Amino acid sequence: MQVNETNKEFRPQIVAFCCNWCSYAGADLAGTNRLSYPADVKIIRVPCSCRINPMFVLKAFGRGADGVIICGCHPGDCHYTSGNYFARRRMTLLFSMLDYLGIEKERTRLEWVSAAEGQKFAETMNSFVETVTKLGPNKRLEDIRCKRS
Amino acid sequence: MQKILIEKAKQLICDGKVARVLGWKKGEFCYDITPFMFTDVKDLEENFVFDDFCGANLSKYLIPYARKEGKTLVFLKPCDSYSFTQLINEHRIIKDSVYAVAIPCYGKADVDKIKAKGIEGILGIKPTSDRNGYAVSTLYGEETVARDDVLLEKCMSCKSKKHPTYDELLFEEGEVVEDCTRFDEVARIEAMTPEERFEFFRNELSRCIRCNACRNVCPACTCEKCVFDNADSGVENKAAANDFEDKLFHIIRAYHVAGRCTDCGECTRVCPQHIPLHLLNRKFIKDMNELYGDYMAGSSAEEKTPLTSYKLDDAEPSIVYQRGGDKK
Amino acid sequence: MQRIGVFVCHCGTNIASTVDVRVVAENLKSEPGVVFSAEYQYMCSEAGQKLIIDAIKEHNLGGIVVCSCSPRMHEATFRKTAAAAGLNPYMVEIANIREQCSWIHKDKITATQKAIVLGRAAIAKVNLNAPLKAGETPVTKRALVIGGGIAGIQTALDIAEAGFPVDIVEKNPTIGGKMTQIDKTFPTLDCAACILTPKMVDCAQNENIKIYSYSEVDAVTGFVGNFTVRIRRKARYVKEDICTGCGLCTEKCPQKKVPDEFNLGLSNRRAIYIPFAQAVPKVATIDPDYCTMLKSGKCGVCSKVCGVKAIDYTQKDEFVEEKYGAIVVATGFNPISVDKYDEFSYSKSADVVTSLEYERLMNAAGPTSGTLLRPSDLTHPKTIVFVQCVGSRCNDERGKSYCSKICCMYTAKHAMLTREKYPDTDVYVFYIDVRTPGKGFDEFYRRAVEEYGVHYIKGMVGKVIPHADGKLEVQAADLIANEQIIVNADMVVLAAAIEPDKSARSIGTMLTASMDTNDFFTEAHPKLRPVESPTAGIFLSGACQGPKDIPETVAQASAAAAKVIGVLAKNTLKGNPCVAHSDEQMCNGCSQCEKVCPYGAITYVEKEYRNFDRTTIVRRVAQVNEAVCQGCGACTVTCPSGAMDLKGFSTKQIMAEVDAICK
Repeated sequence: MQVNETNKEFRPQIVAFCCNWCSYAGADLAGTNRLSYPADVKIIRVPCSCRINPMFVLKAFGRGADGVIICGCHPGDCHYTSGNYFARRRMTLLFSMLDYLGIEKERTRLEWVSAAEGQKFAETMNSFVETVTKLGPNKRLEDIRCKRS
Repeated sequence: MQKILIEKAKQLICDGKVARVLGWKKGEFCYDITPFMFTDVKDLEENFVFDDFCGANLSKYLIPYARKEGKTLVFLKPCDSYSFTQLINEHRIIKDSVYAVAIPCYGKADVDKIKAKGIEGILGIKPTSDRNGYAVSTLYGEETVARDDVLLEKCMSCKSKKHPTYDELLFEEGEVVEDCTRFDEVARIEAMTPEERFEFFRNELSRCIRCNACRNVCPACTCEKCVFDNADSGVENKAAANDFEDKLFHIIRAYHVAGRCTDCGECTRVCPQHIPLHLLNRKFIKDMNELYGDYMAGSSAEEKTPLTSYKLDDAEPSIVYQRGGDKK
Repeated sequence: MQRIGVFVCHCGTNIASTVDVRVVAENLKSEPGVVFSAEYQYMCSEAGQKLIIDAIKEHNLGGIVVCSCSPRMHEATFRKTAAAAGLNPYMVEIANIREQCSWIHKDKITATQKAIVLGRAAIAKVNLNAPLKAGETPVTKRALVIGGGIAGIQTALDIAEAGFPVDIVEKNPTIGGKMTQIDKTFPTLDCAACILTPKMVDCAQNENIKIYSYSEVDAVTGFVGNFTVRIRRKARYVKEDICTGCGLCTEKCPQKKVPDEFNLGLSNRRAIYIPFAQAVPKVATIDPDYCTMLKSGKCGVCSKVCGVKAIDYTQKDEFVEEKYGAIVVATGFNPISVDKYDEFSYSKSADVVTSLEYERLMNAAGPTSGTLLRPSDLTHPKTIVFVQCVGSRCNDERGKSYCSKICCMYTAKHAMLTREKYPDTDVYVFYIDVRTPGKGFDEFYRRAVEEYGVHYIKGMVGKVIPHADGKLEVQAADLIANEQIIVNADMVVLAAAIEPDKSARSIGTMLTASMDTNDFFTEAHPKLRPVESPTAGIFLSGACQGPKDIPETVAQASAAAAKVIGVLAKNTLKGNPCVAHSDEQMCNGCSQCEKVCPYGAITYVEKEYRNFDRTTIVRRVAQVNEAVCQGCGACTVTCPSGAMDLKGFSTKQIMAEVDAICK
């Protein structure tokens, strides 16, 4: 079987950074419960949301991502006690800066998803993909050399 | 004032209290003044200048001397003193290695603005007696310009005339400027539509030639090795190939100094392409003030910056969706 | 570039039914570095693991990618597999193509495409993996128990029994905790003191146990296996090693009007006191708030009467520093203050008491010597109303949202004991629900109702109005009969909710042990690791983790002891190798990373470095204590120069994954 590469309809490229302890487990739970969300979402596992460097987010956009979503433990539930609080400030400032530069703010999102919230994980991904699909391809923060043909 | 500073420096060197003096050195023209480490009294007498073209922030140049033998004398304008304090907080400067003399500042002049007024052959600058203007001496005689017309961008919205840290105060101490207008321009941009903002910044940042002047002059950019020079960082980049890399560089540049930037405005002052880089730094400062409480890096021996602390009930990033942006 | 092997698992049909595993294996073969690619039905099976081991050996693989279920499921398995083949276990990456691919997608083409991308990302990452080795640190074979109640006592005794030295730090002058104040215990009705005090004595006599009474934990540094704790020994103005506990001073002390906290203020004690007869250590303590000698320098009676010259008015707080391998938190609970419940008139009438006060009024060693007398006029109460859930299951800010768990049972106990001792007393219990799960608990409650004739009424008390004649008018609702009722009572007993001891919060901060919004300590896993804190080396015992009764507390205390023994029995501890690492050449020494590290794992040193021009320069650089670092990565993002990186999740690796996914 050959994998079909041609697809006329726009499918967004979504990178999801998930913390190992809550959100990655939440994503696993969504799978265990067979709660579907679009395959456009690809998850990168990080130990904690505080490991996510704004450079990763920017780089993802540069490489052709149309949306970047960050998921971590709910405030107060961080495995490392405080990581998500730092992540919250960092990402708030980054998102605000992207918005300031006129880049569609809907392309970035941060959600707290616990290991028990498989449902929320699937719902979040569905809604995020829908939002980014509506926005269309990322034009304002793309590195045209990395454009997929 | 220049005379007094030279006297002060000479005296401290002769008394053996300091080993060297960080100040401003005469250039080929009266306005191309550069920070310089004087070690010689004669050199000091001949080349040390202090006038209204001395906008440069000296604090950063203390770093390599932090652990050298003997103290370094440095003259600090109020905004330099903020950077100085922040660098002490970050252990980049050891306080005891420096003898900091606080000097007042009434705003420094931007030679480009003076030239733009058609004034040529500039030989020197002096404040007028009422301090509302400058008397610019030129090859063709003296011209007077209004102060507000030719101030450096960073001086137009001066945040403070007070020195957070110093060893000795020369002349009088000023106050923090309460009605500082430095966020007005940021607010104006925030009020634009996203499309307008996008165009505005694309236009500004596309002029960047990646000369790295902003980075090299910035007293917060003191990394031993910048991530943009580091092949392992994943963002190593010499010259931007397209507007993505322009944005990447400038966002990361501003982000890396967020919470540490004292808003000294050097980045904008030195940019040969006249990119208003301070607008990015001030956006972060404005956001942090609004979301996490007023904070001024370098205003005190504060240990934690907004990005190295948190509150349990901080705003969620979704506040960005509600706030700013689409205010039409 | 590594020599990489890719192993695609079918997981029976779990993966294979939606992902074309052959296509995945085929496609990934052409990725950079991949020299071997295979698929198999169950990679985690013995045969599957053998396939991996053989491939590693045969193809001299330097890294492997297993496309299978979640790494949370089998990462450890495949790491062991790799190790068995002589490969460093950290040269393994998992592409999660089950939970995050085959199970959530229906279209085979899409799912297959995604599986390839996920595999590609894992390959990109493993290409940059480096062999990691877990560091080892020695273990200090001594444990600390914070809190000397029944939880702390049981934990300490169990640890001591196993042969390890253990210290108890108790903030009160005696160990014993809340249980010393309790009269009888449910559901067996044996006397609390009779079963507790022998354990207290055991503690005092056990040579492995050292009791720091009237002491508090002042500072904690270090990490599992190597904690250093500073203990503040509060000045008790009595030399603990000399005092014989004869009690003469407590009889002669002229300051008689000190509310006795042991009896919850229902009686008075002296300024120099021994909390109760069976106190351990049985040593007098001077209360500096009331002692006239300490306050004004006039008195000195206790010093004069003391036969062994144990009184020392000049004593100061002392600090002791000790090293421990593990710490158990057993800080216990307190009933909430019911002052805010105006409707129950607790502050207006002395005859409205809390359950713990009632416990003292029933106790033979209590203020009434065990005869039930109401506090206002010392007469026998004829009608007693018990109000359940005061502050428990409460939605307003006065109370707690949780169920305090123990109140139903102790109220049944109080009601039963009252009826047994004084059959002429009418006893009413107002409740929301009666919750009595537990061995013999429901039978106990039914006996209270059926054999002892306690009136259980479903409904809450709306108001208690004290009348001039000493009666308490209790206005309540009977939800079953659906009517308003009024009971004229002589006493009202409030089953106040319980909350963690106030000291817990500061101890939690010192230990960096996480707590919930109610200040109960959180466990590492609510089901599978219930006596461990998420912070390594910190264990939880008793009500500091959540409301619980004595049998549960003791069970948890022993469980915590078993966990502590597990740590202390080891000579060295293996750490997590995925820790932060500072590149000293790039470090600015700016201290930003130190500020975000939740574990205090980062310190700074001044080091001399050679420049290119053969001169040297001294620089301040960060160093990570790998035994303390838990690998969250907060420092890596705070570091502006990128000198700080995280092993196993390095910036380069994550960037490579981003690249591979977006390609």
